[in-house]
Amino acid sequence: MRDRGLILTGLLVFLAGITFPIWYDLAGGKTSRAPDLKRSAQEKVCVAPLSYMRTSHMALLVDWRDQVVRRNVRSFRSFDGKTYTMSLTGTCLKCHDSKADFCDRCHNYAGVRTPYCWDCHVDPKLIQGRTP
Amino acid sequence: MSLTRTGFVRLLAAPLAALAGRLRAALTARRWAMVIDARKCLKDQGCVKCIEACHRAHNVPDFSESGRQVKWIWKEPFERAFPSQESAYTPEALQGKPVLVFCNHCDNPPCVRVCPTQATWKREDGLVMMDWHRCIGCRYCVAACPYGSRSFNWLDPRPHIRRLNPDFPTRTKGVVEKCTFCDERLAKGQMPACVESCPEKALVFGDLEAPGSAVRELIRSRYTIRRKPELGTKPEIFYIV
Repeated sequence: MRDRGLILTGLLVFLAGITFPIWYDLAGGKTSRAPDLKRSAQEKVCVAPLSYMRTSHMALLVDWRDQVVRRNVRSFRSFDGKTYTMSLTGTCLKCHDSKADFCDRCHNYAGVRTPYCWDCHVDPKLIQGRTP
Repeated sequence: MSLTRTGFVRLLAAPLAALAGRLRAALTARRWAMVIDARKCLKDQGCVKCIEACHRAHNVPDFSESGRQVKWIWKEPFERAFPSQESAYTPEALQGKPVLVFCNHCDNPPCVRVCPTQATWKREDGLVMMDWHRCIGCRYCVAACPYGSRSFNWLDPRPHIRRLNPDFPTRTKGVVEKCTFCDERLAKGQMPACVESCPEKALVFGDLEAPGSAVRELIRSRYTIRRKPELGTKPEIFYIV
């Protein structure tokens, strides 16, 4: 093991290299914890259990879209038997009242581009600043 | 305490009645159609209440400056709306007069036949619908519609909407749009915005397949014409002229 020094130094440099993002985050004072989203004050439960919404809200939204637009079915029976109107701005945004604080924070954190929902659907926050 | 038979029936009927009330909320028909009384409409030729109500309800952009107009409902001179009725001796009451026109919700819609993505389709109750999620902006439907009822968004419409209505989506650049007979209002038990806003009650909306409905009665008792029926599109807007 003549090259012990060289190998160890190389290994150290390699380890420092691949763990760099962690050090960088720590040094920058940023934590790598997922954003803590504000829960709604009015409602305690969502239209589906939290775990489902976390992993599959996109599937639910696409299903809602198809039901309303293509099949003219507008009410949704949730897992606990409650009935909701299937509407992104009318139902989802009633509780999650800010797209920036709710959708965008998680999507930014996960590095997932916010889908084109908002190119057409209106975020009510957008209107507040506009003159009629 | 004993429960009488009537009491028992009432007990059972209450939730059913509540359910029926909720179901009644949505307006349904076997075949939606409209009758426009052009004479009533022409009483005040400057009136644009229906156009304003529709365009506000559906976030229709105003591109009038750019010449890339988007319109769901508008007025067309009589001869342009009814080219087959054109003659040198058109009655004065109609000559060049503005006639309210919009999507005819044809029974045989050519726009539906040409759409390559099924972004536009005819619903069971006759409404020619649009799925803006699915429109790829090929504009085949714009070319196919003989009434010019379809508009294409050449630019981003958002900055051109005077007052955004959060209850209805806008469209994006590259999407075709048109009147949908207010399907979103019908689902809530409301009449179309144009019908509701007309001060002369010149627009009558109803079920064409229900004998005795307001539209059927008008078509039966008055002489009505349709736009370009010779094309075989079977338009479902009837005009009393």
